[in-house]
Amino acid sequence: MSTNKAIDTVAGGKAGVVGNYLDDRLHGASGVKKLLNKVFPDHWSFMLGEIALYSFIILLLSGTYLTLWFKPSMTEVVYNGSYMPLKGVKMSEAYASTLDISFDVRAGLLMRQIHHWAALFFVAAVSVHLLRVFFTGAFRKPREINWVIGTLLLVLAILEGFAGYSLPDDLLSGTGLRIAEGIVQAIPLLGTYVAMFLFGGEFPGNDFISRLYSIHILLVPGILLALVSAHLIIVFYQKHTQFPGAGRTESNVVGYRLYPIYMAKAGGFFFIVFGVTTLIAALVTINPIWLYGPYTPSQVTAGSQPDWYIGWLDGAVRLTPNWETNLLGHTISWNLLIPALIIPGIMFTALGVYPWIEAWVTGDKREHHLLDRPRNAPTRTGLGVMAISFYLMLWISGGNDIIATAFSLSINEITWSLRVLLFVVPPLSFVITKRACLGLQRRDRDKLLHGYETGRVLRLPHGEYIEVHAPVSDEERAVLLGKNDVAPLQLGSATDANGVANPKGKSGARRAKLSEWFYGDNVPVPSAAELEEAAHHLAHASHSEITSH
Amino acid sequence: MNEIQHGSSDPIGAVDGHDVVSGKPIVPLGHHELRRADIDPKAAIRAERQVATMFSLSSLMIVSSIVAFIKVPNDTLVILPLFGPVNANHITVGSLLGLGIFLIGTGAIHWAKKLMPDVEVTEERHAFASSAEDKAAFGQAIRDGKAASGVGERKIIRRSLLGALALFPLPLVVFLRDLGPMPNKRLRETIWDKDIQILTDATYRPIRPEDIPIGGLVNALPANLLKIEEEDGNLNERGKASIILIRMAPADIVSQQGEGWDYQGILAYSKICTHVGCPISLYQQRTHHLLCPCHQSTFDLADSGNVVFGPAARRMPQLPITVNAQGYLVAASGFKEPIGPSFWERG
Ligand code: HEM
Ligand code: FES
Repeated sequence: MSTNKAIDTVAGGKAGVVGNYLDDRLHGASGVKKLLNKVFPDHWSFMLGEIALYSFIILLLSGTYLTLWFKPSMTEVVYNGSYMPLKGVKMSEAYASTLDISFDVRAGLLMRQIHHWAALFFVAAVSVHLLRVFFTGAFRKPREINWVIGTLLLVLAILEGFAGYSLPDDLLSGTGLRIAEGIVQAIPLLGTYVAMFLFGGEFPGNDFISRLYSIHILLVPGILLALVSAHLIIVFYQKHTQFPGAGRTESNVVGYRLYPIYMAKAGGFFFIVFGVTTLIAALVTINPIWLYGPYTPSQVTAGSQPDWYIGWLDGAVRLTPNWETNLLGHTISWNLLIPALIIPGIMFTALGVYPWIEAWVTGDKREHHLLDRPRNAPTRTGLGVMAISFYLMLWISGGNDIIATAFSLSINEITWSLRVLLFVVPPLSFVITKRACLGLQRRDRDKLLHGYETGRVLRLPHGEYIEVHAPVSDEERAVLLGKNDVAPLQLGSATDANGVANPKGKSGARRAKLSEWFYGDNVPVPSAAELEEAAHHLAHASHSEITSH
Repeated sequence: MNEIQHGSSDPIGAVDGHDVVSGKPIVPLGHHELRRADIDPKAAIRAERQVATMFSLSSLMIVSSIVAFIKVPNDTLVILPLFGPVNANHITVGSLLGLGIFLIGTGAIHWAKKLMPDVEVTEERHAFASSAEDKAAFGQAIRDGKAASGVGERKIIRRSLLGALALFPLPLVVFLRDLGPMPNKRLRETIWDKDIQILTDATYRPIRPEDIPIGGLVNALPANLLKIEEEDGNLNERGKASIILIRMAPADIVSQQGEGWDYQGILAYSKICTHVGCPISLYQQRTHHLLCPCHQSTFDLADSGNVVFGPAARRMPQLPITVNAQGYLVAASGFKEPIGPSFWERG
């Protein structure tokens, strides 16, 4: 829009010239200025999402490199590369080209290992990031949509990882595919058709690797990229949440500006993640497919394990008893449907809708930008730990054979113990966690009212010994005051503490009960009056300490 | 700070140092502490040097990784303590590159932490919901548009459009038809049949009963497999026809799936697990149990291949066998039931 460059300069120097050129065409100056000045709060746990993002970028880079040599074909060839033990062996082109990448392309092995390690880190980072968001309540209004996007990202990341793991067509990956195909066959009514269509006939067929390839390098990464972008744009737009602390309120963000501090830190962190991934790839072998040999449906290796993020599914499949029913001449394989479709279906659905469940139970419809410390939402934290322990029990079950060999126990005993533990450990974890949280809450309240114990003991004039308490620091006081108290929904009053209309009738009663269960034993932050009173008391106590010296 | 955000059902903000919702006091941002490099120019110069050193070392490593890529042989293994034998080229190139990249990161972060201003700044949030007027105007725009299009009154247009739109994705699904054949009887049949010779899996040699000692196990395939694989160009039949032969003292056999399906204590069972299809070959002579490595289903081969433990719901199908005129083991018939995992139509 500008006509006179001499007047409308964005900035001096070369950057100014470029900036000017772009602004004249794209009108970005004011928007980009806002962007550069954006404030991001700092906390180590906010880096988990960054690790996920950077691993994803590393996957895109290393994956593109692999596509240059990988041949997604099941055509049979005779291997003639430089890995001696397999010379002359018949195998698919996919497997042969993966061997070539590993032995004959310089730095090819490095790229393969970077790709595989980055995949493991990616799913791990997404998972731990999700836990951070859960335990701090960052999913509450207005961030529910990003929570759902995150859940989708996790599902897709797991699928994408499994697809990649299956591409090299080695003995392990083929066995994984065979299991997946068996599970697809078990789907009532449609199973055999879906299996035939996916594999172009029976397993393993000729078509699957090339079909999986376009899913792995185009379809799923495309969706992932779109969702990751949406995820980040929403984070930008809504501004990041922050932990309670001095100067931090529901209505502000305290932290560093995007430019230059955050850019330098986050950019630097990208190189750290990339560098560490590369170092690990150079030093620690992952998925040495040459040791497994090419896939053939008549062979298998014992004690083989899938990538870590598939372990819980494998464990669920191992634990489910051998239930199968016959319905009017049709087979329903509960032993596969339950662990491979029903349990994951329920788990991911529950995960995705959790923000709405909690909001409904608590009746809390406010916006939240200050995070909860996990202890301050004991029921939520308990539920989260319960879910983690359920997942862990399944995950451990995925290694029941390894545990059996390691401790020379019978596989039957291990499996039965795990079946029982799967139902015992999670509720127990819930109770213990909730209690621990409430204990911490009480301690926090005490600290606010009576200060912290200094460890100094004092003898009062009349002979009694007391421990000197001192008021907590301003920073800690801010953290403790930042606790978000929500009163349980009340039955009978017209509205609750947040002005939400009170639900009526039976479902209302049930909801009030749930709400009581969720928030009932909350230890509230002392009121302003109580704080004043306590402050007075504390000042007095330290005063008497001075005079008694 | 002393302002309440309007235009939303959610008031957020602070009045007189207290949160508007909870009434709790708000602790103001503490004062900012200066770092060494902020007060001591020498410390600043030291930090500057450290950052520059990291960046320069990084360049050195990255260039070295290219040199290593060219110079270090790709076919030599070096034995490293802890890591075992590794490809010399792989480990030098990877370590140098990894360190080089890592140093860019540490340099940038060190720079940000030591030298860039570390004063925390505060930015106000604004409530998300739009103002009541904006919401109303938006709703009006939607209603106006709807009225202008007439989609409300013109039912024929609306319905026929919905019909067309509902049909439009259908061809895209139907056109997937040629992805694969119909299941038909495929999952029920294998290439085993009466008189088909049994060959060893590894060497494709015919087997005489005397070749298998009591307690022995042989992985085997049908003699017609190789030709069929040649024609089909895939491993589908191998995935169904693989079997194992085991021999036990005839007195140990508690039951089998058909009378006289063994040959002098030699039994043939499908090798494909009835759970989800892993090939099985972990056999315990003493108990006659066959254990699947995938999910530990256990089958008793002395007792009709019944499931004794694990998630598999069905017994291992048995193949009736006998010997031919030349004294080699052959199938007495095909399998009498589908092998491998269950499926809806199996019954
Ligand atoms: C975001 C998610 C991704 C995940 C989780 C993932 C995961 C994997 C895994 C675990 C493997 C097996 C690697 C091995 O040990 O050999 C693999 C292979 C492969 N991936 Fe990916 N990948 C992702 C994205 C991509 C992208 C974006 C591309 C290409 C543009 C790609 C291209 C390939 C190729 C060509 C192979 C087979 C080559 C080989 O195994 O050596 N991947 N992937
Ligand atoms: S495939 Fe054999 S137990 Fe699952």
